[in-house]
Amino acid sequence: MNTADQYLKAVYLAQRLEDGPASTGQLAEMLGVSPASVNEMIGKLESRGLVEHEKYKGARLTDDGLERAHDALQTYCIIERFLANVLEVDAFREEARTLESVIDDTVADRLDTIIDRRSECPDCFDPETDCCEYLEVEASQHGD
Amino acid sequence: MSLGQRVSSDHQLTRLLQIGVILEEVVESRAAHHLESLPEDERDDLDDEVRALLTEATAESATHRERLEELIDDLDAETVPYEEINALVDARYGPPEDTDGVLYDQLCNEETAYKFYDDLIGAIEASDTEFAVDRERVLETLREIREEEREGVEDVTHIMERRA
Repeated sequence: MNTADQYLKAVYLAQRLEDGPASTGQLAEMLGVSPASVNEMIGKLESRGLVEHEKYKGARLTDDGLERAHDALQTYCIIERFLANVLEVDAFREEARTLESVIDDTVADRLDTIIDRRSECPDCFDPETDCCEYLEVEASQHGD
Repeated sequence: MSLGQRVSSDHQLTRLLQIGVILEEVVESRAAHHLESLPEDERDDLDDEVRALLTEATAESATHRERLEELIDDLDAETVPYEEINALVDARYGPPEDTDGVLYDQLCNEETAYKFYDDLIGAIEASDTEFAVDRERVLETLREIREEEREGVEDVTHIMERRA
């Protein structure tokens, strides 16, 4: 997943968490980067028609941005489910965050052939718990 | 959330190699399922070229898997046994409608594997981390496997072009 998609996913989740535009501070915290970096990338995404940014309020996804954010979150869901249910990694959230930048969408699609995901994915992703609300975690066997 | 595309620890390298093993297991299992699942009349029609392609793909994936497992073993980690992944593939497998569908799925397999190794090599090269296994040995192994995946993409593409 490339950096732009990681940002779009973060904007989508922040919008759901805040029930409104995603603030720079919230995005910086979610992405672990500086507010200046967030502003720079939001500017790029705005010029590509993927977000709308309103000063002092924050960023909102456009329809095109929402579609890409959905795809990115699905990819992230696949990585989390794969780590939790196939590799049985306890710290699947933390590991998914470190792996998402090196796992391409096409690779995630192949991994998707061996995991179970609901048809409503990614709407069932819970930003509070940072995973799918239906994800059942099994006892660790291969993860360590 | 990490925004860097580099492998920065033994743990991350191990995890990515484990994912590589599972991708190979998926390829191996799906190719075997394709051979078994086609209806009798389709199987008769499945010409020798396609049959050889699938047989070779399963054998090649098994070899790649073993090479990755050697590295993972040196990193003191485990891999998910083939039988487990085969069972997961089995549970969700939907056979392609015809031989063209089989070839298309096989092309996806090879392209995905190529992309995975290409990204992994790039992420290791972008990092100056010292791993518990020799970095050059890891890169050499991955480059050789990537080359074979590239040849695999070409093989499927040629067959598809001939059939078109």
